[in-house]
Formats: sequence, structure tokens, C-alpha cells
Amino acid sequence: MNPQALLECFSSASCIVTQMGTGLIVGSLLFLVAAGLTLIFGVLGVVNFAHGSFYMLGAYLALTAYRLTGNFAIAVVAAGIGVGLFGFLFERFLMRRVYKADVLMQLLVCYALVLIMDDVVKIVWGAEFLSMGMPESFQAPPFFIAGGVVPVFYVYLIAAAMLIALALWGILTFSRIGKIIRAAAQNPTMTSALGINTSLIYAAVFAVGGVLAGLAGGLAAPVRSMSPGMGFSILIESFIVTVIGGMGSVSGALVGALLIGLIRSFGTIGFPLFVEGLMFLAMVLILILRPNGLLGKESRA
Amino acid sequence: MYSKDPKDLASPKRRRLIQSAASIAGGSTLGFPALSLAQNKPIRIGMPTILSGRVAMLGQSSGNAANMEVEKFNASGGFGGRKIELIIRDSKGQPQEAARVARELVTADGCEILIDAEASSGAFAVHEVARDLGVLVIHTCSETSSLTADPKLRTPLAFRCARQGVHDAIIGGAYAAKVAKEKNLRRWMTCSPDYAYGRDTTAEFAEYLKFFNKDVELVGEAWPKLFQADYSEVITRLLQVNPQAIYSCLWGGDLTSFIDQANIYALFSGKQFFSVNAADYAVLTNVKNVPLGLHSGNRYLQSFPNTPGNTNWASSYQAKFKDLPLNWAWQNAAAIQFLTAAIKKAKSTDGKKVAQALEGLSIDSPFGANGKLTMRAQDHTVVDYALAWGELSGKEPYMKNPVPGSWKQIAELEAEWKKRKGFA
Repeated sequence: MNPQALLECFSSASCIVTQMGTGLIVGSLLFLVAAGLTLIFGVLGVVNFAHGSFYMLGAYLALTAYRLTGNFAIAVVAAGIGVGLFGFLFERFLMRRVYKADVLMQLLVCYALVLIMDDVVKIVWGAEFLSMGMPESFQAPPFFIAGGVVPVFYVYLIAAAMLIALALWGILTFSRIGKIIRAAAQNPTMTSALGINTSLIYAAVFAVGGVLAGLAGGLAAPVRSMSPGMGFSILIESFIVTVIGGMGSVSGALVGALLIGLIRSFGTIGFPLFVEGLMFLAMVLILILRPNGLLGKESRA
Repeated sequence: MYSKDPKDLASPKRRRLIQSAASIAGGSTLGFPALSLAQNKPIRIGMPTILSGRVAMLGQSSGNAANMEVEKFNASGGFGGRKIELIIRDSKGQPQEAARVARELVTADGCEILIDAEASSGAFAVHEVARDLGVLVIHTCSETSSLTADPKLRTPLAFRCARQGVHDAIIGGAYAAKVAKEKNLRRWMTCSPDYAYGRDTTAEFAEYLKFFNKDVELVGEAWPKLFQADYSEVITRLLQVNPQAIYSCLWGGDLTSFIDQANIYALFSGKQFFSVNAADYAVLTNVKNVPLGLHSGNRYLQSFPNTPGNTNWASSYQAKFKDLPLNWAWQNAAAIQFLTAAIKKAKSTDGKKVAQALEGLSIDSPFGANGKLTMRAQDHTVVDYALAWGELSGKEPYMKNPVPGSWKQIAELEAEWKKRKGFA
């Protein structure tokens, strides 16, 4: 326990800059993964336990695309599109059949996919860990802001995540398709009674969730090593974020993700041996005070 | 098949079923001649290991090296015509899987001996399974000293053929203390994985560093989780505390990720990094940039010891597997060499007799500090292996100036360490 160190950090500009930077990085990636998860839950009422596999697939697709083209931007986009397509197919052929079934059945289907994907990845890319390495354009030395250290790549990562968040919010709030998705989330029966093809909407939402997770995997690829089964740890954290932010609320996912990121980065200064515990403690406190999450709505009827 | 009618309990069909089952059981205990000709029955050796996940390299190199030695042994006639059959299973790096797999290898696959190629997290679990089943086990990948040093864990049938944390700590501590004096490195911080190996090894290193150089001060510790994906918060904490030198016993994929992630924060500029597990080809060939001021213990290097025996072994491994051998490779190769030598000495494959033959056994080996490896009788662990520390570069021979360790120094200090820990 090091509360002294934490107080010292708050009084030092360099420490605040560095730790906030780290918090934003961790939070941005988490947001991209959790946003897809919460969107799928909000619209379909389904917990996509296989979301971590989407992230993993995104990372591997980005790696392959980068090795083929040498261009990081293309690799990330390819990852997003690839996983989006995968999410669409997963919904169409597998999840669709278990919407009406018990939640345990849905969990089983998702978990089955996780196991299958782990082995598919092992077969296609090998069991060894792989790393993409930092693309040339980001290999500059880090920025020194007020004495704090912020690596170049991470600035781009945060910017990219914020852009995506903005685009997502824009689409959901202002576009026709966004309004339809929100309507389907609120009242699916009525929406389909109005002649809107809700099953296509559902598939589209899964695809969007897949795109988000795939983009996250692609953006994280230069700074993570990839191995089969890598999706699991980020899945648990995105669940925490989704629960804290409110299931079904994308803005809640943003707030929750940034909160978790900051708790981790500052928590590791003050309570280095208890960081995971802090995260769960935060979740418990928030749930006691606001059982539906920070920005969550009442549970669906 | 279930019948509730009491008359059926004595029905002729049921009696026939029981009779035939009993005769098969009886026959198999007597040993149908066609089924078990002990003369040519293979010697089944089970190997639980990690073949997937972030440290799949551990299992692959272990299995490769073991297979290479087993093939050599079988090609030269085996043990009186009996050949070794090596059965390798994946525990995915999870201790409960390791225990289950080890148990199945013995009870279901008929293995008489276990070569445990699990990392420390699984090795302790397999150790208990072997103790429970009364099977000879040689640990080849766990470097946590307490596995063999702690008398509470010791069993007559358990051995370790691998380098040890406390040996590395003594030699590493002496080397690091010298570098610290030369470069005036007083403020140190550690960053190691949070499990038995990480905790023990880091504590041991810190002890010997201070023992050899009273001026150093440990100003902080970081304990990331084993196989943690994101080291950002740990790296930024290291930046905040700003030590002059960092020690880590992160290994494999974890170490590669850590170095890559730390490089984008320019963590190592102006700092010396003592990473005991860095001089491993898996790390050296995967890391994008080897930072300046990186020191390590030798893990496995084809250039140390600089003998034809060692370079030849590395070349044949490379020719066969198209990959450079890793630390786990030499440890498993040596284990098979010890095992086959002990079987020949005991003239038997019975676990207890082989164990007795192993105690104190010395074999010629390219991995020895002076051409030989010895299985110490007192605590069943291997000594006299090649051990050195040095500064690393980004290309062969990676460690240009290895500083070899003194086994005499290790013997004295290790004995004293054991007494202090209450292990003697």
C-alpha cells in the first residue's frame, strides 16, 4: 500500500500527465471492445460472451494484413471489416437460433465459439505468440509533456478511438439507421410491426459490434503480443466496464472504460498490489449506488 | 439394462455377463501372452508441458529436445531392446490441467516415468501428483529453488534437471553488484511476474545484490500478473519512480512484450536493465530492439560454453527443427541423458532403482561448466551447469563477453542460504 506515493503523484505534473495518458490508453481500447458488447446487449438482450474472440480475431487479421501490405491503416480497417463480417455470420447462423432459449444456452453457444476460435487461430497462425512490432511511422521517441511521457503511438490510438466513438454516437443519434437501432432496442415488437426488418437490424448490430472489437484488436496489435486465447482477459474487463457504465449504454461504456483506465493507472501507483481489487471494488460501489450502472436505463421488460 | 425385478438379479444372462467380465479381468492380470511381452514393451515416459498460449515455446523446445535425445537412444538399441516412447500432452499453462494431464499419463496411458516440462505454476502441481502415484519424476522447466531445496517437498522419486533461481541469483547478484559499483547504480527497482518463481527469484536476487554491494537501495517493486497483456501501468510506474537500474525475471513472451512496450516509452534510456531471462533466443530474435544496457544470465547460448560439443548440439537441433534451441531445450535434453544413463546403471526401469542410480550421478555433457553435469544427491537437483552473466547485443553472438560463475562460490553461499531459510 502506497497512498503516500499516490498523493505525491497528484502534486506532480509529470506524473499526472503520464498516468492520465496511460489511463486514457487503457480506457480507449477497453471502450472499443465494451461498446460493441453493450450495443449487442442493449439491442438484442444477448450477452456476447464470444466478444473476446472477436477482439483476438481482429488482432490476428490486422497482423496478416500488415504483413501483406505494410500499411497499418489498411491493416486496422481490414481487421474491422473482417471481424464485422464474422460477427454478421455468427449472428445469422448461430446466435439467431438461441434468442428465445435460456440464457445458459446462449452462453454455451458463445463459449463454444470461443473454444473453436482459439483452436482455429492456433491452426492458422500457430500456437506461438506473434508480435506485429511498431509500424515505422510511430517509431519516433515519445512526447514529453510537462515532464510526463506519452508515446507517439498511443496518442494516435486515443485519437482513433475517440473518432470512432464520435462516429458511433453520430450514427446512433442522427442517422436513420441509428434511430431504427434505438427503436429496436426499446421495443422490438413495435418496430417490426412498423414493417422494419428487425432480423436484419439484429445482424447489423452484431456486425457493428464485431467491427468495433476488430478495430480494437487491430489498433492494439502493435503493442500486444498475440496468442490463441488472448481474448479472455479483455473480455472480463469489458464486462466490468459494461456493468459499470450500464448495459446497453454506449456513452456509459465510454465513461466506464475511462474510469477503469484511470483507476488502473493511478491505482498502480498508490496500491500496486491491489489494482485488480480496486477495479472490482469500484464496480461493487457503483452497483450499490446505482444498480443499473452509471448511465444505464431500467432493465428491459 | 436396469431391471427392477429381483428375479433378474440372478438371471442366466446376468450371470453370464459377470462370468465373462471376471475372466477377462483375471486373464489380463495373468497377462495374455500375446498382449504383454515385457521384453519389448516400450518404456513409456509422459511429459506434461505447455504447448499453447504466450509461452508455447517452452513446450515446443522441451518436446523437440527430448525427442531428439530419445531418438538417439532408441537408434542405439535402447535399453536391452526396449525403446522409449515419449508421450507429450498440453496443459495450456494451467496448473489444474497440468495435474490432470500428469495423472492421466500415468493411470490411463501407462507411463512409468514423468518428465515434467511445466513452468513452476504447474510443476508444483505435477510434483504432488507424482508423489501421490509413487512415480519417478524429473522436473525440467521449473527454476523455483524451493521445489528441491525445501525438505517438506522432497520425495525420493522427484528430481530437477534445470537451472535454479538461487544459483542465478548468487551469480547474477555478484555480477550486478560489480556493474553497480562501476556505474554507480544505487537506486534499483524490480518488475517481476506475480507467482512463486517471480517472487522467490526476485527476492533471492535482491538479497545477493545487497550482500555483494551494500550501497544499493531497492526503491520500489512492481508485480505484473503472469501472462499479463498490457504493461503500460507498470511501465509508467517505473518511469515515475525513476530508478537507475531495473531487475526483472519476466520470461518468454511476457519479457518480449514488456521490452517492446517499454521501448515505446523510452523506459530504458539512461537505465541499466538486468533481465535474467533475456539471453534466450526466443526473446532475442523476437524483440524489435534490444536496448542498450541490457544484462542477462546465459539461459541457452550456442556460444557459451564455447566448445565444439555445445555448438554441435545447437547445430543438430537447428538442422532438425529449423529453430534455435532455448533454455528449456538443453534442460530436457540433459534430463533424458541423465535418465538413460541411470536406467543403464540400475539395469532396470523401476522408478525406485533408477532414482537411486540418479543420486550423485555425473554425466558428460556439452551443457556442463566443465564438460560434466552432476545430479546432486542431497537435494536431487542438477549442478555444475554452464552459468554466466553478461551484457547483450542485438545479434550473434548476443553475449560477447560472458562472465562465468564460480560453482565454488555458489556451493558456499547456497549452503548458507539454505540454512537461513530453514531448508538445511
